Amino acid sequence: MTKPRNEKLPSPSWGGVGGGARSERERAQRPAEAVRPVAPDTRPTHRGPVGCPPTPTLPSTTSDVSDVAHLDKEVGNSRLPAGGGRSDDAMPPENATAQGDTGAGSPDIPYNFAYLDEQTKRMIRRAILKGIAIPGYQVPFASREMPMPYGWGTGGVQVTAAILGPGDVLKVIDQGSDDTTNAVAIRGFFARTAGVATTTRTTEATVIQTRHRIPEKPLAADQVLVFQVPIPEPLRFLEPRETETRKMHALEEYGIMHVKLYEDIARHGHIATTYAYPVLVDGRYVMDPSPIPKFDNPKMHRAEALMLFGAGREQRIYAIPPHTDVESLDFEDHPFEVQRFEEPCALCGSSGVYLDEILTDDRGGRMFVCSDSDHCEETRSRSGEAA
Amino acid sequence: MMTDTSPWLLRASGLSRYYGNRIGCQDVGFELWPGEVLAIVGESGSGKTTLLNCLSGRLTPTAGVVEYRMRDGTARGVFSLSEAERRFLARTDWGFVHQDARDGLRMSVSAGGNVGERLMAIGGRNYGAIRATALDWLGRVEIAEDRIDDRPDAFSGGMRQRLQIARNLVTGPRLVFMDEPTSGLDVSVQARLLDLLRGLVADLGLAAIIVTHDLAVARMISHRLMVMRAGKVVESGLTDQVLDDPQSPYAQLLVASVLQP
Repeated sequence: MTKPRNEKLPSPSWGGVGGGARSERERAQRPAEAVRPVAPDTRPTHRGPVGCPPTPTLPSTTSDVSDVAHLDKEVGNSRLPAGGGRSDDAMPPENATAQGDTGAGSPDIPYNFAYLDEQTKRMIRRAILKGIAIPGYQVPFASREMPMPYGWGTGGVQVTAAILGPGDVLKVIDQGSDDTTNAVAIRGFFARTAGVATTTRTTEATVIQTRHRIPEKPLAADQVLVFQVPIPEPLRFLEPRETETRKMHALEEYGIMHVKLYEDIARHGHIATTYAYPVLVDGRYVMDPSPIPKFDNPKMHRAEALMLFGAGREQRIYAIPPHTDVESLDFEDHPFEVQRFEEPCALCGSSGVYLDEILTDDRGGRMFVCSDSDHCEETRSRSGEAA
Repeated sequence: MMTDTSPWLLRASGLSRYYGNRIGCQDVGFELWPGEVLAIVGESGSGKTTLLNCLSGRLTPTAGVVEYRMRDGTARGVFSLSEAERRFLARTDWGFVHQDARDGLRMSVSAGGNVGERLMAIGGRNYGAIRATALDWLGRVEIAEDRIDDRPDAFSGGMRQRLQIARNLVTGPRLVFMDEPTSGLDVSVQARLLDLLRGLVADLGLAAIIVTHDLAVARMISHRLMVMRAGKVVESGLTDQVLDDPQSPYAQLLVASVLQP
C-alpha cells in the first residue's frame, strides 16, 4: 500500500463529511478489502412530491401523442390537509423503484398532479388572478426551479401547471409547430405528470402553451393561451434599471418606448421591430407580448380567449383578459403594419397566414410553409377530402 | 396654495439638507424671477450641487420649502407635488443640464432620438414632426444636420453638452438647472457654449440656475450671484457688484484667487 499522498489535514473549506479529500484519504488508508465497490442504494428515496426530479423527458419517437391514457385513479394531493403530510395510500410502495426507472408514459407517477405542489400552484394562481385584474401589469411571483433549463419555457410551464385540471386537453406549440423539441418535451411532461389528454388540434385544446406564435385559427372563449416569455419588461433594453422601469410603468411614462420605434425609422426607414412588438393593453400598461411575430399582434386585440404570460427566470406573470383592447404602438405617419408574404404556403396553399422559410437543400433551395403546423395539416386534409 | 401676485418663478426658504451630522446646505432662501440667471459659486464641497438637487426636486431637503409658480400662475410646493406631477414638471417645464453629458443623454440612442424623447414623452406621435423639431434644435445648438442619426458616443464633449442643452430645451421649459455645464471643456469650446447659452437664455426668456466654480462663467452669463461656503450662503447680490466689490472675507478670497493670464 502506498503512503497517502497528503499527510496534512484537508482545508476546512473542503468539508469534513461525505466526500472530498478526507474521504479520499480514508479510503486510501483502509485495507484493500474495504474498498469494494459500494452496492447501489436500493432504498426508496422518495420523501415527498418534490424529493426527486424526473429524468428529462426525451422527445417521443412517434409524433402522435394524443393517445396518452388518462390516469385511471385519482392523482394529486389537493385533498391532503396542508402540513398534514401524506396519507399512506399516496406513498409509493416500499419496494417502488426510483422514478427514473418507471419509464416514459407510465401513469402511476408519485408526483403531485402537474408536478408542482399545491401551495406553489395556489401562489401562481394568485399571481394569475392579479394579472387578470390589472391587464398588462407584470405581477412578480416566486418562480420555482423546473426540470428544464431557463429559456425553455419554465414560466409558461408553471402557469400551465397551475391552471391545468384533469379534464383539460393540452396543446403545446413552439414556433407554431407541434413537433419541435420544446413542444414535444413539454407535452410529454404534462402527459406524464398530470396525465391530461394532449392534442395537436387547436380546436380540441382547452389549454394551449405556446412559444413565439398564436395559432392561426381564432381561439374560443373556453380556451386559454399560455405564453412562454423570456424577457417580460418591454422597457428593459432602453432602461436597464428595474427600479426605474417599475416607476415608469407606475407613472405611465412610456415616451421612451416610442424612442425605440423612432430609432427604427431613423435607421431603417420603417419600424423594423418584427417580433416582441410592444403593445398598450387596455389603454394603460405597455406590455411585451413575448417574442411572437408582430403578425400575431392584431390577434390579441379583443380576443375571445384568456391569454396568460409566464416568465420563469424573470419571475413575472401577466395577462390579457378576454375582450381587452390591445393596441400596437406606432406613429401617426408610420402606422403599425404586419408582415405580408408574397406567396401562399407551399404545402397547403393558404395565404394570409404566417410562413416559415424552410431550406430544402444546400444549393439554395427553399420553400415557405405555414408556421402553424396544425393549420397546415388541416387545410391539406380538407383539400384532400374535397379532391 | 398661494394666490399672491408677486412675479417670482421659484422661491426657496429655509432650505437645509443634512447628511447625518454633516451639513449639505443650510438655511438657504432666495427668489428667482422669470428670465433671470442666478449663479451659485463656491469651492468644492460648499454645497452647491446639494442645493441645486434640492431645488430641482432630485433630492428631498431635510427642512425648508421650494415653491414653483406653475404656468397657470399658482405657486405649488415642489415637494408637495405627487411624484408623477414632479416628474412631469421636470421633463416639460424644467430642464436639467448635467456636468457629465453621459448622465443627461441616452448614449445608445441617436441625437435625433435624444432630442425627440421629451416630445414623445408628452404625447408626440408624428415622426415627421418630431424629426423636424429635432433638426431645428440641432441647428440652434450648432450641430450639423447630418449628425442627427449619429449616437452621442460619436460626439465630442462640447457637442454632447450642446446636444444635452437641445434635449432639455425642446419642450420650451421656463427654468433650467445647470450643474457645471462648462467644466471639462477647453476654453474655446467653453466660450462658444457660454455664448450659445447666453443667446438661448435671452431669446427664450429662460430662467436658469447655474452652479459653477468658475467666476468667469458666472460673470459672463449670470445676472445674480450667490457665494456659498460650508453649506451656507455667505454673500449674494448682482454679479458685477459681488465680483467687483466683494464684502465678505470669503468672497474677497475667492475673487482674489482667480488666476490672471
